[in-house]
Amino acid sequence: MAKELEREGIPTVLLCNIVPIALTVGANRIVPTRGIQYPTGDPSLSREREEAWREHLLMTALKALETPVTGPTVFPPDPKE
Amino acid sequence: MLRVVHYINQFFAGLGGEEKADLKPEVRSGPVGPGRLLQSLLQGKGEVVATLICGDTYFAEQPEEACRRLADLLFTLKADLMLAGPAFASGRYGLACGEVARMALNELTIPAVAAMHPENPGVQAAAAGAYIVPCGSSAASMKEALPPLLAFGIKLAGGSALSPDVDGYLPRGIRKNVTADLPAAVRAVNMVLAKIAGRPFTSEIPLPQFDRVTPAPPVPDIRQATVALVTESGLVPAGNPDRIESSRASHFARYSIGGLRGFAPGEFESVHGGYSTDFANADPNRLVPLDIARRLQGAGGIAGLYDYYFTTVGNGTSVQNAQAFGREIAAEIRSCGVKAAILTAT
Repeated sequence: MAKELEREGIPTVLLCNIVPIALTVGANRIVPTRGIQYPTGDPSLSREREEAWREHLLMTALKALETPVTGPTVFPPDPKE
Repeated sequence: MLRVVHYINQFFAGLGGEEKADLKPEVRSGPVGPGRLLQSLLQGKGEVVATLICGDTYFAEQPEEACRRLADLLFTLKADLMLAGPAFASGRYGLACGEVARMALNELTIPAVAAMHPENPGVQAAAAGAYIVPCGSSAASMKEALPPLLAFGIKLAGGSALSPDVDGYLPRGIRKNVTADLPAAVRAVNMVLAKIAGRPFTSEIPLPQFDRVTPAPPVPDIRQATVALVTESGLVPAGNPDRIESSRASHFARYSIGGLRGFAPGEFESVHGGYSTDFANADPNRLVPLDIARRLQGAGGIAGLYDYYFTTVGNGTSVQNAQAFGREIAAEIRSCGVKAAILTAT
């Protein structure tokens, strides 16, 4: 789906855990996440810190949408966030 | 003497073009059209005893009914072999030939083969068990197309051992156990050595081919952009009103997020069948980050969120379906001025 959206000219960032699959299939803007069951969360954190992590992920994703790429590219979030 | 039945469309039967494409299934005795060439190629080994004819549009519009009628006709003909086409690159004719070959083999256990161009959409019948031999893309290659079709058909009717590599038919996705000369470890190392040395080698596992998409240009300033939220995580309103399948999804849905500051547990849930949904159901924003996206919107990080989020289940869902979902979503949000999409995947 990410590829078809990009094909239609809509920059699309894919937040997912299994980055090798995303790269193999050919998603162009990839933000790695912490778990298959929670692409924009981390249940091991307190609610406050989990929301901070989600915000950091989203900021990373927005940056990816503003960045020119030439092919499948990974935008890693800061693991300390 | 091999009793051969041949399937063709209204055009090759000489009955007419598009204006006759809604012709219902019928049977003629003996060869018709390209069947005459098949008859001469048989050289006394068999006989084209009958020709089944159906209009392409009739078949395409009611394939099950068309197949049922053709099966009824074929059943009475006591065929030893069914040949369909060649359909070349003709889409509707190819679909019909593939389906007829599948029906004859799977439902009537009559050896059956269709011929068409490898890019004809009708080759999908191969995945359902039909034997399909490749041919050229236009009827100009009729003379080249018929001998391999007939030769493979005779071999199939004779029950001799078959494989796509040896016999040239399109792979049907069936794996057979065979005894190899060397153990897997030796074969793997030999393959690596060949690869390093630049020698040719053949993988034992065909790898899927994924196309590459030229990246979309970036958004110049995301603070000026309306963004859409998309997910394959199966997040739906409680009760799954559009019955999105928990695996092999056949459709996607869109739900309003107008006025929502986040996804509330109990009001939204995941129906994805490929992971444990406990964490997601406890806080659905872990699947689609609506709560934080709203905060960013309030703080000017993005201009807005599209009024609906799009959702499906990416669990065993075919690439073909996912592509169609992506295209439909793209068409909608583009027409509504959305400049970028955030897609979350589990």
